[in-house]
Amino acid sequence: MSHKILIVDDEPNIVISLEFLMKKEGFQIAVAGDGEEALAKVASFAPDLLLLDVMMPKKSGFEVCEALRADPANSALKIVMLTAKGRETEVAKGLAIGADAYVTKPFSTKDLVVRVKELLGAA
Amino acid sequence: MKRGSPMRQRLAAVGLAGWPLLTFPLLGLPEGGIGGIPAIYLYLFGVWGGLIGLAAWIGEQKG
Amino acid sequence: MLSGWFVALVATAYVGLLFAVARYGDARADAGRSIISGNVYALSLAVYCTSWTFYGSVGRATSGGLSFLTIYIGPTLMLLFAGVLIKMLRISKTYRITSIADFIASRYGKSQLLAGLVTVIAVIGIVPYIALQLKAVSASLAVLFGQVEAGVLPWWLDSTLLVAAALALFTVLFGTRHLDATERHEGMVAAIAFESVVKLVAFLAVGLFVTYGIFGGLADVFQRAAAAPELSRLLHLDATQAGSWASLILLSGLAIILLPRQFQIIVVENVDESHLRRAVWLFPLYLLLINVFVLPIALGGLLHFGAQSGYAADTFVLTLPMAHGAEALAVLVFIGGLSAATGMVIVETIALSTMVCNDLVMPWLLRSTWINAQKRSDLSGLLIGIRRVAIVIILLLGYIYFRAAGEAYALVGIGLISFAAVAQFAPVLFGGMYWKQGTRAGAVAGLVAGFIVWMYTLLLPSFAKSGWIGNGFVEHGLFGLEWLKAQSLFGLRGMDAISHCLWWSLLANLGAYVVVSLNTRPDALEAGQAERFVDIFRRAHRDTDSLLWRGQASLGELVGLLERFLGPARADQQLSAYAAQRGVGSWHKLKVDADLVHFAEAELAGAIGSASARVMVASVAQEEDLGLDEVLDILDEATQVRAYSKELEAKQQALEVATAELREANERLRELDRMKDDFISTVTHELRTPLTSIRALSEMLHEDPRAALADRKRFLGIIVSEAERLTRLINQILDMAKLESGRAEWTTAEVDLGEVAREAMDSLGQLYRDKHVALSGEIPDSGPVVLADRDRLVQVMINLLSNAVKFVAAETGVVKVTVETDGGMVRVAVADNGPGLTAEECSVIFEKFRQGGNTMTDKPQGTGLGLPISRQIVEYFGGALWVESQPGAGANFIFTVPLPAADE
Repeated sequence: MSHKILIVDDEPNIVISLEFLMKKEGFQIAVAGDGEEALAKVASFAPDLLLLDVMMPKKSGFEVCEALRADPANSALKIVMLTAKGRETEVAKGLAIGADAYVTKPFSTKDLVVRVKELLGAA
Repeated sequence: MKRGSPMRQRLAAVGLAGWPLLTFPLLGLPEGGIGGIPAIYLYLFGVWGGLIGLAAWIGEQKG
Repeated sequence: MLSGWFVALVATAYVGLLFAVARYGDARADAGRSIISGNVYALSLAVYCTSWTFYGSVGRATSGGLSFLTIYIGPTLMLLFAGVLIKMLRISKTYRITSIADFIASRYGKSQLLAGLVTVIAVIGIVPYIALQLKAVSASLAVLFGQVEAGVLPWWLDSTLLVAAALALFTVLFGTRHLDATERHEGMVAAIAFESVVKLVAFLAVGLFVTYGIFGGLADVFQRAAAAPELSRLLHLDATQAGSWASLILLSGLAIILLPRQFQIIVVENVDESHLRRAVWLFPLYLLLINVFVLPIALGGLLHFGAQSGYAADTFVLTLPMAHGAEALAVLVFIGGLSAATGMVIVETIALSTMVCNDLVMPWLLRSTWINAQKRSDLSGLLIGIRRVAIVIILLLGYIYFRAAGEAYALVGIGLISFAAVAQFAPVLFGGMYWKQGTRAGAVAGLVAGFIVWMYTLLLPSFAKSGWIGNGFVEHGLFGLEWLKAQSLFGLRGMDAISHCLWWSLLANLGAYVVVSLNTRPDALEAGQAERFVDIFRRAHRDTDSLLWRGQASLGELVGLLERFLGPARADQQLSAYAAQRGVGSWHKLKVDADLVHFAEAELAGAIGSASARVMVASVAQEEDLGLDEVLDILDEATQVRAYSKELEAKQQALEVATAELREANERLRELDRMKDDFISTVTHELRTPLTSIRALSEMLHEDPRAALADRKRFLGIIVSEAERLTRLINQILDMAKLESGRAEWTTAEVDLGEVAREAMDSLGQLYRDKHVALSGEIPDSGPVVLADRDRLVQVMINLLSNAVKFVAAETGVVKVTVETDGGMVRVAVADNGPGLTAEECSVIFEKFRQGGNTMTDKPQGTGLGLPISRQIVEYFGGALWVESQPGAGANFIFTVPLPAADE
């Protein structure tokens, strides 16, 4: 019963590191490179949790989050926003539109894993 | 406070121009006649009519 | 021969028609739907054309050729100075001026003396002119009836007397409907305008008849006249007339405003200032039309009757049609002449009767014991009665003068003599409108001096010519003194009598007015009035009025005064209107203040003239006498307050401007601040992104020493490249910061741009070969040479070339470098066959951290600072960097660097 995680980021190297990190923890992983792809993968892959970058081409992380939260079918979906922009307004904005956690880059891999597991109730 | 309106000033300018046009020495200029009518007769009524035309054009402008 | 009864019938019917027109005009005015339009106003001005024009112009033309035209050119030019007329209108409306005498008197401190003086001059100057009109009617009748009956009838059956009586009746009925003389007589004006049309039609008809009926057109008349030796001189202007030509234009230009009837029509009867805009050309056009055929008729008459035949040229307009059996036309002409005469007489008597009543009779009446005994009775009826009697007396005087003068010169020449009389009003009137220093004493002196000179040089000589008095003073000078000869004072010769009089009288008039004015001090009232008249446009009227009056009055007495002179009904009506305007329910509750006193005085002025009104108000109010100094102080203060408020306004405006500028600057600062914030946030983002990979991967390697070797290698590779990216980024950010703050170090030397291009191409050659992208150059072997920093330019070239190779497709990519000189610039272009840029992207890519390319797949590994830095560099050397591109058509990056100036 391994949980499924969708990694959404436009930086290939960050995707590589996240993918490796999460796979090591035993999660099933899928990857999306921009916001639109992310929405499509949410439908097809049905992840339990989203690692969502904010600054992306086509659709920003905020927009993706809003779109997902607008659909009640996704209410169980956990969303962790990742951003390199650490301004407080952005943190507040992310939480306000329904993100479950907000992690600034560069993040501690240990902490991230802990947060993800907490959210998935799979400590 | 009223400023001199452009219309009044234009009319006055026509009036000022009319004075030298309709007095001597310019009146001494027209000589002879055109088509049997004395040139001075044509000149006087022509200039006079012209001034009136100008005044009409200015006076009837909107605004 | 025409039957007397027929003519009488036609004339009566015509006068009946006039009554109907006037009734209609009054009815419409009473109903609040005035028929006075700009056209009607302009036509009513043509009351200027009296029978002296209608009959007399032809007469003048037979002796003076075209010189009669001056009488009509003058008004044309004068009317063009509409600003003067508008000022006059504004003053008159504001202060309820009833006549030209009232205007002058009001300006100089509401002086009864001045009002009376103007009235006397006007009456003496104008009554003979009225007589002339009666004579014209009488003469035209005589011609119509073949000169049989004239002089045969006893006086009580004299047709002229009957005409005079009819005119008196008409004038009484339509000229004195209301007591308030400032109230317009719209019916009368309508009738006058109607008469103007009639006389024009009649004159044009006879003109066409003579020119085209009797003769073969204009050219024919002129040619036949030119052939006759005694007539040909009429076709030329004589340069010796230059002086009188100019003075007649001046004289008639003054008369168009100063003749009492003209003042009445132009100023008092004016409904709307904007009507002047029509009048300013329509009335001159009327004058032009009525004069076109004057000379042809004059010449035609002389040709037809023979120059020496003794036929009166004044009646050619009648005798020519009659000699050719055109009796219907003759009747039309008679009606036209009747129109000209009656129109003049009606308006002139209304104007004169107002003046006589208000300015001669009232002052005397107000002082008489009889009127004071009747303190409380209603005098409005009496006032109207006085005006009516005045009308009758003036007409009667005219008639008597006509009977007495007969054919005497004193009548024939009176037209211009009247003009010269009223011209004496010019200095005090115009001076009063524009010159505050003009005083009452100056005005009286000027008028008296001008009037005496006029009498001596013009009126009395005309009496002498008529044989009424000895002509010794004309022939030999008064007391035998040569230099006092009436028509060549001080030996001034070479002018006609009118010009001579105009010259001397205006000189004396103006001189006395100015000299005396400058040497007298006005009293308080005069100073106030001068201020009000001259500054009429500048002053929201009445603002200082209340300052200039201090005193006490009772409402009862003021109302009593109004009731006495206006009648109780009208007084109640006007007071109610005033109370409503002040927002007071009933006039009984009005507070007695300066405004109310001024209102009462203005109302009275409309009825009895400003001078008498002043006296009456002063009689019921205990007024504090303000000294001249005090008045001047108040006026000065008012002027100063105006100046202050203007200054304040200007300052406020400046302040508003400054505030707007500050706001704008603040806005710019905020924008800069926001941009800085954005920049920092972006930089943070850009720096954190490589750090994220580096940290995540390092931590994983650190915690998992047993990771597969392949993964370790891969991760370390990524860490190294991200670290490089970070370094590059930091370098470029520092570079950018230096460039922007102007702290960059530059070494300027002669740089061969071709060499720079080749070097950059060499250093990136491997990159291109790896991707199999073709790189070619079109570069001169040596040069062009510019003054710049070589390393910086290489940096720019490398940036452009590496961008290009990033975006073109592998294998098929082509990049071409061109270096050429274009004008004073070296132009370097790097063209690729990549995907191209949209118009929006073309500008966006030069912003910091904005990179071309959108999708993850073609995400460039750039910093987003290369192009902004390149642009900074190029611009530093006075060049420019831009891109020309279309989506799908490749991109062409171009930069220019100026060539050094030739002499360096």
